[in-house]
Amino acid sequence: MGGLNQVLQITLINLQNVPRRLGTSLVVVVGIAGVVGVLVSVLAMAEGFRHTLASTGRPTRVIMLRAGSDSELSSGLARDQAVVLGSLPGIARDAAGRPLLSAELVVMVDLPRKGETDPNNVPFRGVQPAALAIRDEVRVVEGRPFARGVREVIVGRKASRQFTGLEIGSRIAFRDSDWAVVGIFESGGDVHESEIWADTEVAMSAFRRSGFQSATAVLADGSDAGLAGLKAAIARDRRLSINVLREPEYYAKQATILSKLIDVLGYSVAIFMAIGATFGALNCMYSAIASRQVEIATLRAIGFGGTPVVVSVMIEALVLALLGGAVGGALAYVYCDGATLSTLNFSTFSQVAFDFRVTRALLAQGLLWALVIGAAGGLLPAIRAARLPVTAALRTG
Amino acid sequence: MKYLPLLWAQLFRKKTRTVLTLLSVIVAFLLFGLLQAVQVAFEAGADAADAKRLLTVARYSIIEPLPMAYLRRLEAVPGVVGVASADWFGAKYQNESNAFPVFAVDPARYLDMYPEFTIAPAQREAFVKTRTGAVAGRRLADRFGWRVGQKLPIASEIHARADGSLDWEFDLVGIIDAEDPAVQGNTDVVLINVAYFDEARQLGRGKTGWYILRIADSEQARAISSEIDRMFANSPDETKTQPEKEFAIGFAKQIGDIGAMVTRILIAVFFTILILTGNTMAQAIRERIPELAILKTLGFSDGAVTAFVLGEALLMILLGGGIGMAVAVSLMPGLNGATGGRFPPLFVDASTWLMAGLIALGLALAVGLPPALRVHRLRIVDALAGHR
Repeated sequence: MGGLNQVLQITLINLQNVPRRLGTSLVVVVGIAGVVGVLVSVLAMAEGFRHTLASTGRPTRVIMLRAGSDSELSSGLARDQAVVLGSLPGIARDAAGRPLLSAELVVMVDLPRKGETDPNNVPFRGVQPAALAIRDEVRVVEGRPFARGVREVIVGRKASRQFTGLEIGSRIAFRDSDWAVVGIFESGGDVHESEIWADTEVAMSAFRRSGFQSATAVLADGSDAGLAGLKAAIARDRRLSINVLREPEYYAKQATILSKLIDVLGYSVAIFMAIGATFGALNCMYSAIASRQVEIATLRAIGFGGTPVVVSVMIEALVLALLGGAVGGALAYVYCDGATLSTLNFSTFSQVAFDFRVTRALLAQGLLWALVIGAAGGLLPAIRAARLPVTAALRTG
Repeated sequence: MKYLPLLWAQLFRKKTRTVLTLLSVIVAFLLFGLLQAVQVAFEAGADAADAKRLLTVARYSIIEPLPMAYLRRLEAVPGVVGVASADWFGAKYQNESNAFPVFAVDPARYLDMYPEFTIAPAQREAFVKTRTGAVAGRRLADRFGWRVGQKLPIASEIHARADGSLDWEFDLVGIIDAEDPAVQGNTDVVLINVAYFDEARQLGRGKTGWYILRIADSEQARAISSEIDRMFANSPDETKTQPEKEFAIGFAKQIGDIGAMVTRILIAVFFTILILTGNTMAQAIRERIPELAILKTLGFSDGAVTAFVLGEALLMILLGGGIGMAVAVSLMPGLNGATGGRFPPLFVDASTWLMAGLIALGLALAVGLPPALRVHRLRIVDALAGHR
């Protein structure tokens, strides 16, 4: 009898026996499902957060902040500086020759989450008319855009879902101003969907501001040379002390701290759980072998080798682990995928809403973890099974 | 108690199995201890809050400044016995944005407001007297290796000096700390002298970030809060005043419901443990049915034998739970050292221990009761004859 054939036969016998050892087999499946479920859902959160920030912005666009500032909130841009920036040749222009640049004001407004009363820092962005032309991913999907010169706002889809009073037709009071919500916009799930947008001039007077926070513009030449040209022009101008960043670079930076934190949390919890589940799997496989001592010894006595026994036990452990991994991944997918969450991004001190993203890569990673736990839990029992002294084992029966 | 050796012997009848089960229980409780500490750390701000402290911030957004001139008016409010202010500096250290918070404060007023912070009297004196002085939290100083007497070069992302430069330099004159770990998280800051800061900055002079008030009677917190907010109503800078605790809770909620997330993870963990130990227990008892029948034959009552089984489950879970929690506690100093002020200090508080105890009892019952009941119903003749 060939080695492979032996492996196949013993494995088949083992697997057919699994239903009879349902209790212990279930332990492996449930244990590993727990690990994989938690791992995948926590990492899906980090993934969703990263995705939201990473999908914000285009490499052909730049954000301009005061030199030394890493976020819009700590930045400042005077009115005349914004005008100078708009006049630079490195900035693209529309058909009418106006610069594709929007100088913007960002303030935090307090809004409670739905069903709660505690205030959250929700970003309120005052934008110039070019903003919608610059960010062509922004689309008003319900209602209409705000009119210029009046206290009207459009609200990002995610902000409208997370926070109270942001439906079309409702009015929100900030400071001594009263704003009407006239539209809901989508922007491909990026950061701006957590924001409230209004006409910058109206916002500036309502919030008593005299300057902007940042300017976003389209590069006339999107290449590195074009960006370098713009940077050089800004450096030459003594009125400007401005930091120019491509949008993706800026938003990726803002994701680092929080996504690292979630990653660390997710992996540490998963590692501990995996250790616990490995002990569970070991227990299960040991008892599986204990209950089959006679059977294994009989097989050995009639000429089956040690290796097929080891391999068959390993395969059983791996099959159970894979089942657990699949169950865990499926649970994470069913319960988490697409669920929306909002949190305070420490880098910007403002709320950002994002969706859990259970990606294929995460599911694959979950299955990999399951297999590793299965292998770790199956190896020692498999070796013990192969080393079982045949005569002693036969006598126990 | 005299049956403890018997329970012990039964528990370790199959060593490998029990040790492996024990190890998974240990890991579960270790995870519980650590995750619960994370949750407690996030809520520690509320625990450390003083019922006699109120916070006054700009009404519409916490980041809007308030006039420094409010200080005298706040002091004059009946029931207010002390006022301090603080301003957000927007620190950038070694090119890292917000590496730690820096507050511009009046040294004497601020340190009086937080008597739970400890500082050597001579250092406090030096902070009050040195215009360019700064004090730093113990954990921050340890993380960056700062020594009292050295210069602290810290950039601001917000405030430029009169010459337009964003680079500032302070003299580290003291270290603040706190004994209670719940309070220690609040000392992860650098305090600078507002007298110097306000004079040297280019913009925003005469403004501050928020006020902290001490009131004589915590019962009056609500009345005084609304009186203050009424006082500044309809002015260009309206205020929102609330007890420190409410503010801390509100801020923790901004981060999101960490509690709910931790709870969900722990449910997954303990459900797994329940299945695992439950199965092991059931198996262990099944193997020992004849032995238990002999115990009954010897005259042990149904109740006693049932109690043995339950006791065995309890012993295993308590043993594993105790070890797991002890390991969690022993890991805390290392973890706190490694994060060094980037994260509030982790610690296991009394409520966590209590919860661990309750969970252990609940688990032991859930795991032990089904086999215990089975043993209770066991008829000696059947068991000895091998009919299960």
